[in-house]
Amino acid sequence: MAENIMAHGADHAHDEHHHELPTIFGFWLYLMTDCIVFGTLFCVFAVMRNQFAGGPTGKELFDLQGVGLETAILLLSSITYGFGMISAHKGKSGPLLGWFAITFLLGLSFLGLEIREFSHMIAEGNGPDRSAFLSAFFTLVGTHGLHVTFGLIWMAVLMVQSAGKTVFSERLLNKLTMLSLFWHFLDIVWICVFTFVYLMSVI
Amino acid sequence: MKRTILPKLSSLLCMGSTLLLAGCDWDLMDPKGTIGLQEKSLIITSTIAMLLVVVPVCIMTLVFAWQYRAGNRTSEYLPKWSHSNKIEVAVWTIPSIIILFLGVITYQTCHSLDPYKPLPEGASAKPLNVEVVALDWKWLFIYPDQGIATVNQLAMPVNTPVNFNITSDSVMNSFFIPRLGSMIYAMAGMQTQLHLSATEAGDYLGESANFSGRGFSDMKFHALAMSDTDFNAWVEKVKASSEQLDNADYSKLAAPSEANPVEYFSHVEPGLFNGIVAKYNNGMIMDKSTGKMMHMQSAMSDMQMKE
Amino acid sequence: MLGKLSFAAIPYDVPILVGTFLGVAVAGLAVLGLVTYYGKWGYLWREWLTSVDHKRLGVMYIVLALVMLFRGFADAIMMRSQLALAYAGNPGYLPPHHYDQIFSAHGTIMIFFMAMAFMTGLFNIVVPLQIGARDVAFPFLNSLSFWMTTISAVLINVSLFIGEFSQCGWLAYPPLSESQFSPGVGVDYYIWAVQLSGVGTLLTGVNFFTTIVKMRAPGMTFMKMPIFTWTALTASVLIMVSFPVLTVALGLLGLDRYLGMHFFTNDGGGNQMLYLSLIWAWGHPEVYILILPAFGVFSEVTSTFSRKPLFGYNTMVYATCAIMVLSFLVWLHHFFTMGAGADVNAFFGIMTMIISIPTGVKIFNWLFTMYKGRVEFHATMYWTIGFIITFSIGGMTGVMMAIPAADFVLHNSLFLIAHFHNVIIGGVYFGYVAGMNFWFPKVFGFKLNEAWGKRAFWFWLVGFYFAFVPLYVLGFEGMTRRLNHYDNPAWHPWLLIAFGGALLIACGIVCQLMQIYVSIRDRALPENVDVTGDPWDARTLEWSTSSPPPFYNFAVVPHVHDLDAFAHDKEMGVDTRAAGSTYEQIHMPKNTAAGFFVGVFSLVLGFAAIWYIWWLAAIGLLGVIVTVIMRSADNDVDYYVPASEVARIENEHTRKIMAQAAE
Repeated sequence: MAENIMAHGADHAHDEHHHELPTIFGFWLYLMTDCIVFGTLFCVFAVMRNQFAGGPTGKELFDLQGVGLETAILLLSSITYGFGMISAHKGKSGPLLGWFAITFLLGLSFLGLEIREFSHMIAEGNGPDRSAFLSAFFTLVGTHGLHVTFGLIWMAVLMVQSAGKTVFSERLLNKLTMLSLFWHFLDIVWICVFTFVYLMSVI
Repeated sequence: MKRTILPKLSSLLCMGSTLLLAGCDWDLMDPKGTIGLQEKSLIITSTIAMLLVVVPVCIMTLVFAWQYRAGNRTSEYLPKWSHSNKIEVAVWTIPSIIILFLGVITYQTCHSLDPYKPLPEGASAKPLNVEVVALDWKWLFIYPDQGIATVNQLAMPVNTPVNFNITSDSVMNSFFIPRLGSMIYAMAGMQTQLHLSATEAGDYLGESANFSGRGFSDMKFHALAMSDTDFNAWVEKVKASSEQLDNADYSKLAAPSEANPVEYFSHVEPGLFNGIVAKYNNGMIMDKSTGKMMHMQSAMSDMQMKE
Repeated sequence: MLGKLSFAAIPYDVPILVGTFLGVAVAGLAVLGLVTYYGKWGYLWREWLTSVDHKRLGVMYIVLALVMLFRGFADAIMMRSQLALAYAGNPGYLPPHHYDQIFSAHGTIMIFFMAMAFMTGLFNIVVPLQIGARDVAFPFLNSLSFWMTTISAVLINVSLFIGEFSQCGWLAYPPLSESQFSPGVGVDYYIWAVQLSGVGTLLTGVNFFTTIVKMRAPGMTFMKMPIFTWTALTASVLIMVSFPVLTVALGLLGLDRYLGMHFFTNDGGGNQMLYLSLIWAWGHPEVYILILPAFGVFSEVTSTFSRKPLFGYNTMVYATCAIMVLSFLVWLHHFFTMGAGADVNAFFGIMTMIISIPTGVKIFNWLFTMYKGRVEFHATMYWTIGFIITFSIGGMTGVMMAIPAADFVLHNSLFLIAHFHNVIIGGVYFGYVAGMNFWFPKVFGFKLNEAWGKRAFWFWLVGFYFAFVPLYVLGFEGMTRRLNHYDNPAWHPWLLIAFGGALLIACGIVCQLMQIYVSIRDRALPENVDVTGDPWDARTLEWSTSSPPPFYNFAVVPHVHDLDAFAHDKEMGVDTRAAGSTYEQIHMPKNTAAGFFVGVFSLVLGFAAIWYIWWLAAIGLLGVIVTVIMRSADNDVDYYVPASEVARIENEHTRKIMAQAAE
């Protein structure tokens, strides 16, 4: 009987194991496919980078200071998210919510800066329909921005779900970990955007 | 060596297929141009090489299935046998050898039949230049040296290399005369090149081989190969036409039309072709001698200077 | 308020479409009426529409695939009859506006909604059972994938009756598909249908890759994995790598159309050849996504019905992986005629030919699996033998077109059409049908009728040759694809023969329907019922459980000691099921309607975006987001099946086997 219970317990743990591991693994795979989406968009940008069609070049358009600020904000938000994860692992929902709120605001201000940049360009007649170069630019940067937007929605949902929790279930921790991967991934993509799109166009 | 074997092989195969399917009437098996002839022997050689393995495979399939059918208790049955180094080596090696052979031919013919490669000039025959514009849904042929243009009819002297410069002023098409050989895409803002030469006089089918919309099915033209004297007479006939093609006429011509009849233009605006290409490149055009992009205006003045 | 949508968008003046609409409406109402009459709505909703059981989803995928086969085939027979008629001044009965939609829809439907759905259905039914798992890694995502595929199929068929479909071919090459040349909603239908189904397919790829990598039964190392699972694994890799590229390609085309961008336009610096590169960087791996699982089916079938292990298992695995990698290095062979340099063309030509080496090896392996075996001529073996011969010929014509200088005269001709139908019908379709015949008893507990199965095979095989050998000849006669009418007298007889071939294939499809009908009618006959769960004396784990399998698949997770695990157990006298042992409770996912609702809201989003009804699109998008959030908040997603329930189900199955053995 005791043996049976033991076996049962072991099996249970095994079962949990079976169910938890693939979630993160599967999310990794999804991120890799997303990586291919961005990779393809970078290739498209590389093909289009000199197709100005008589319109402005990147050098004339980009304001490195603003973009530098965006970069700093996004990098910082990755760090604050990390602190939030530490609180989650400690099972403290108060600090977690605090860190996530900061992360959320940083993400929001990143988006705000991006929208400001976009609307300036469009207002000056340099929208995505001006040239293939601008189409590729808006699409690549905009796709990243859309990802950040969905990340923020997701973060808000998880903040609601974590509020008041003293014990974090495996499932919730998994979700927090996945958003963490997603958020850091967007950071890495942004660094590539900053380098290949902004820096190399200006230089 | 190969050159001497190939025609023999092809004539053998052709005889065989004549008996079977009257195959020698088929456009690709009865080419009337130098490029087409080489492509025909390439197709035949490669088919034979592959049949060397495909035919045995088909026979083995049927023989094995029948020989080892469940009802045949006299055949050997090895319920565990699933590996043999000898067979595995053989099944990797045999296809590899054939592919190696085909790979060599592929590399050679990619270079010898490269559509961009000018054909060797004959002693007397100076190459003919033709500029081709794919329109919705018709073909415009400009003869820059003769200063004439036609729609849906292409004439060329036999045994003369023809240099085609091809573009599109609409969607993508593919310029193709099956009896003469290779096709190539016609794309707006880009120039592609094709070099063909007819070996026999005749009226051959020309067509677009890339779907281009509503009027695609009627986007056919006549490719007329003729003797030098006939060709000169044809040029005179076109020059006698009352129609001319300047920029205004061109935009009328470029408007979509289906099953367009043959048209002749006794005069064509110089630089029309380059203008069509440049219009999609912000007025820029590639200088073929240097490969650099230059502005249409300077390209025109360059051309005038050369003249 | 309704965007571009108005009554003018309803094609009530086209008799063919009105007739089709009436037919679909009557049949649809009849089905709905029957479900209501028998009071099956609750059952349908609880047990099928909201199911996350991979076997149920697999069945629904294959039903979808068969329905789409009829739609795609109706298109095919219309094209063949049009070309049999439209000769020498006769315009036929399909004007270009209609005809161009038909060939575009035929290709799109057959690839995305027939072949892909059929393949995913087989994955769902077979893979978890074959690796000894109780479900896929992400059962909810699996249901979501199914609904995304289904609503996309619905969307593409809505285009028949509201508006129009794309007239730009199945890959919608720009600039023809740009709004300048195709201002209607047709291309938008195409983009949205393919994009939404692409989401489903991508999730399927992630799901099955995770399932196979993480959830194999203990002892099943990669080199002890059944070959069908191997092909599912490689196909999943190909899906994960290539589908994002398709998403980007169609996304950029959509941006061109919706926001006036310049990716592929003639002007503004656009580059149409970039689209060709992107679409074929997906498109070529796609054909291997389809064919590799078919190869997997043939491997299982050949070894089962030759009563021998597969010859050269290791080689087969290496060949499959080689094909997987090589499939990414060949995409340019779809446009040798764009005027790339000789060296570029030679590289892609030779890479393409190299793929034929591992493919050839596979064919030899099947041959040597039959060699010194006891080959039983089951219907699945008919399809297999028909495949080996047909596919060898198709492979040969493929290599011919891989030689750039030969492709310069064969490209875009009917020779090309004959070639890819040769490999897709002779390879993919034959394979999936063989798979359906093979695994049908596993899913339903009774076998498919043999006589009708063989009739279907003969009609398909003979019909295929009559329909497509003429197209090879027509390619040699310089006939290009997608022609609506012609006046070349040499082409006419061949097109008549091809039409006859299409009619024979129609008979083949009727025989398949009869096969299903007769099998269901005679399902209770003792020779048809599969009591043991192992009707073919087969070799892999899916046959060790009952037919149909219990919803948890395996009461006791099997331990694998060898390749062909079940054959090994049978030989050693081991009971793979471990019947009569002490059972434990089993952790299972709960059914959920979330996938269904995400699908429905996506359909609303897609339809609204096609017609520029932006408020409705916003509702659709909001619906998707809210459903996903609600699903995320739902913590009641799984449960435990009590050990007593498992014991009850298992003992009942054991009793049946004993009763059968006693007879």
